[in-house]
Amino acid sequence: MSSEETNGFNPTIIGFYCRWCTHAAADLAGTSRIPVSANVIGIRVPCSGRVDPSFIYDAFTKGADGVFIGGCHYGDCHYEDGNYSAFKRTKMLQKVIKEFGIEPERVRIEWISASEANKYKKTLDEFTETIRELGPLNWDKHLQERDYEKSV
Amino acid sequence: METGRIGVFICHCGTNIAGKISIEKLMDFAKTLPFVDAVRDNKYTCSELGQSAIQETIKERNLTHVVVAACSPSMHEKTFRSTVEKAGLNRYMLSICNLREMNTWVTEDNEVSLFKAKKLLAAAVRRVVTQKPLEEEKLPVTSRVVIVGAGIAGIEASLQLANADKEVVLVEREPSIGGQMARFDKTFPTLDCAACILTPKMVDVGQHPNITLMTYSEIEEVSGVPGKYDVKIRKKARSIDEVTCTGCGICEEECPIKKIPSEFYVGLKYRKAVYKPFPQAVPQYPVIDRKNCTYFLKGKCRICEKECPAGSIDFEQEDTFINVEAGALILATGFEPFDPSNIPHYHYGEYDNVFRAIEMETILNSSGPTGGDFFLRKDGKFTDSKPKSVGIIHCVGSRDENYNPYCSRVCCMYSLKYAHLIKERTDATIYQFYIDIRAAGKGYEEFYDRLQKEGVIFIRGKPGKIIKTEKGGQEKLIVQVEDSLTQTPLHVPLDAVILSSALVSRPDAPEVANKFGIGCGSESFFRELHPKLAPVSTQVDGVFLAGACQGPKDIPDTVAQGAAAAAGALSLLSRGYIVNEPTIASIDEDLCSNCKMCISVCPYDAIVEDTEKKVAVLTASKCKGCGLCVAICPSGAIEQAYYSDDAILAEIKGIIETGKLKG
Repeated sequence: MSSEETNGFNPTIIGFYCRWCTHAAADLAGTSRIPVSANVIGIRVPCSGRVDPSFIYDAFTKGADGVFIGGCHYGDCHYEDGNYSAFKRTKMLQKVIKEFGIEPERVRIEWISASEANKYKKTLDEFTETIRELGPLNWDKHLQERDYEKSV
Repeated sequence: METGRIGVFICHCGTNIAGKISIEKLMDFAKTLPFVDAVRDNKYTCSELGQSAIQETIKERNLTHVVVAACSPSMHEKTFRSTVEKAGLNRYMLSICNLREMNTWVTEDNEVSLFKAKKLLAAAVRRVVTQKPLEEEKLPVTSRVVIVGAGIAGIEASLQLANADKEVVLVEREPSIGGQMARFDKTFPTLDCAACILTPKMVDVGQHPNITLMTYSEIEEVSGVPGKYDVKIRKKARSIDEVTCTGCGICEEECPIKKIPSEFYVGLKYRKAVYKPFPQAVPQYPVIDRKNCTYFLKGKCRICEKECPAGSIDFEQEDTFINVEAGALILATGFEPFDPSNIPHYHYGEYDNVFRAIEMETILNSSGPTGGDFFLRKDGKFTDSKPKSVGIIHCVGSRDENYNPYCSRVCCMYSLKYAHLIKERTDATIYQFYIDIRAAGKGYEEFYDRLQKEGVIFIRGKPGKIIKTEKGGQEKLIVQVEDSLTQTPLHVPLDAVILSSALVSRPDAPEVANKFGIGCGSESFFRELHPKLAPVSTQVDGVFLAGACQGPKDIPDTVAQGAAAAAGALSLLSRGYIVNEPTIASIDEDLCSNCKMCISVCPYDAIVEDTEKKVAVLTASKCKGCGLCVAICPSGAIEQAYYSDDAILAEIKGIIETGKLKG
C-alpha cells in the first residue's frame, strides 16, 4: 500500500482473465501467496477472444480507469486462435478510444500463461502504476456533463 | 429485468479468509446488495456442514440463486453446483466469488482486502441473477485409451487398462519401449535389478491382446471432443516390414556401418545403421537409421536386404498416418536428464573423468560399455585402471536458482546407489558433496544409514569448482568445496567426479501440452488439475498424466501414478459418458444480418450459412464455447450461455458501483 498512500488516487481497473491461462495464473499467485495489486478486479472469461470491445467501453462509461485483458501466449490458445482476435480487436479499440479522448494506455493486453504467477503480479502492479500516473478518467462524469450540456 | 432471491454464503476458510477480512462487515455489505435474501457464513463452506447449510437455506428461503464466496471456482465450482442441484436448483444458478486466491491470499492490507472482497461479491451477486438454467449434455465415451510414452509409467497404465479388458494403443517415440528405466542396472533402495523387474512387463505389453503397440511413432494431432478424441499418429518409416521380420538380428550383424554413437547408451557405445537399441528391446524388430545408412546416403550397399532371410527390409517404406478414436488419453512422456555442460565450472564434456548421472547408469549396467565395471577415461576412451577416489556432487542443475529451483527428488538416492555400486566394484573411497540428504521414501533413510556405515564420506557443501591437474600422465581432479558444517574450505583430490544432474522436462513438452490442450506448469512440467486432490487429471476432460512428465519422481511414485491415471481413464470408460459444459453459443436468426463474420472466426467450423434463410446456423455439438463469434457479431445476434453479455456487463457494474478505494 505504500506506493498507493503517496498518491491519493486509487484506480479502479477491470480485468478480463482467460479461464485457461491468466485466471489459473491468478490462482497460482494465490496459492504461492504473491502479493498483487488490489486495484485490478478480475472477471473470468472463456477466452480473451470473448472480450467484446463494448465491454471495455462499457467499463469506461461506468467509471473504470483502466481495462486489462489477460490471454494465452500465441500458439497456446485453448481455442486455437482466440487470442489473435483479442489482440487485433484491442489494438483497434485503442485507436478508437484515442479519438474519444481516452488514452490508449488505459487498455492493456498481455499473454500470461497458467504458470506465470510472477508475470501476472508484475503486469498488474505495473499497469496499476501506469493508470495511477495517467490519473482518474472520470468518463462517466464526462458523459453526464456532456448530456447535461446537450439538454440545456 | 432480472429478479430473484439470492442466497450469499461466505466462507471463513478457517483463517484463510476470516484471518484477513472481517466476515461480519462483508455480511453486512452483502445484505445491501440487490435481490439478496439470505446471507450466511460458515467456517468451511465446502464441508458437509457448510453444504447442508446451503441446501437448508435454499429450501427455507425458497432461494432462486446462490453465491458462494470462498475459494477459486477451479477448486469447488463443481462441488457447489452439485450442492445446489441436490437442493432442487439448476446447477448453473450458482456463481462463485473468488475471495481466497484472488484476494485474501494476495492482498497485503486488511482494509484493502475487505474493500476488494466487497467488489468481488457485488460482481458475483450482480452476475448470478443474469444466469439461466442450463442442461448439461452427456457425450458418449469411446472405449479405447491412447497412452503416449512407454516408459514405466505408460507401461503400468497400459497393463492396468488392458487387464481390465479395455483396448489400449500405446505410442512410443523411440524404436523400443522401456524408457529411462531400461538404462538402469540397479534401483534404490532395494538394489534389485531394474531389468529383472522391467523387462517382464515390457514383454507383457508386447504380447497383450488388448494392447496395440506403436513404437517409432509420434502423435501428430489431437482433435475431436472429450470422450471421443481423434488421435492422428505418425508411424515413422522403420524400413523394416514388421509383419515378416522375425527379429533374428542378421541385418544388424551384417551392417558395415559400425561407429554410430548409441542413443540408448548415451553415446558410450556404438551401434550400427540398422539396429535394435538394446538387447531386451520390445518389439524385437530393428530400425534403419536413414541419416546414417549408406544406402540412403549414397544409393548403394543394401547388404542387409541381401542377407535378410525373411525379406523384411523395405527401403521404400514411408511414414504412415493412423487415426485412432479414443475416449481417454494418458500422457506419460517422461523427463530428460539435465545437461551439466550448461554449468561451466564443472567442466563436463571437457574433463575426461567428469561423468554425468545418466552415463553412470549406463556404465554400471552390465550390458554397458564396460560390462558394469567403472574404469577411468583418457582422451575420451575407457582405460583399464579403476578409480581410487570418486566424488559425487549432488543437486547439479536443481535447487539452484541459476538453473532449476526445484528438488529433483531422486538424485540423493541414486547418488547413494552409485556410492554403493562403485564401492562394491572398485573399492574406491567415495565422497558425497551434498546440500541436504533427502531420503524421504520407504526404506530410503535406512539405505542412507547403511551407506554411512559402509564408510562413504559425506561432506556438506556445494563444490564451487573442479580443477584439473595431471599425475603420471593420468588426469586428477580437485574439487574445491567449503564444508559448511565445519566452515572449512577443502580441496579434495579425486580420480573421478560424478554430477548428479537434475530431472528436467522434455524440450518439446510445451508443444505436446498444446496438442492435447493441457497446460504446462513451472519449468514446463505438465500441469495437473489440482496439486493434491487431482494429481493425474488435467483441465481437459479425459486427458490424464502419469510419471515424470508431471514433475520429477522416483520409480515407485511413477508406477503408482501410472496405475492412478489408468484408474481415472477406466472410471470414465466404465461410466460411458462425459459431461459437456453447456456454456455454448446460440444464434438468434431474427437478428442475424448474415455478415458471416462469425463463420470466419469460429475455430471449429461450428457455424455455417443457411443459404435459403440467409442466416448463420450453429451446430451445438461442434461448439466448444470460446465466445469468439459472440464478441465479433456486430448485430448482437449471438449469445453465449453462462458467459453472456448480460453476465459480464453485470459483473462490471457490480465492481464499479461499489465505489472507488479511498487513497
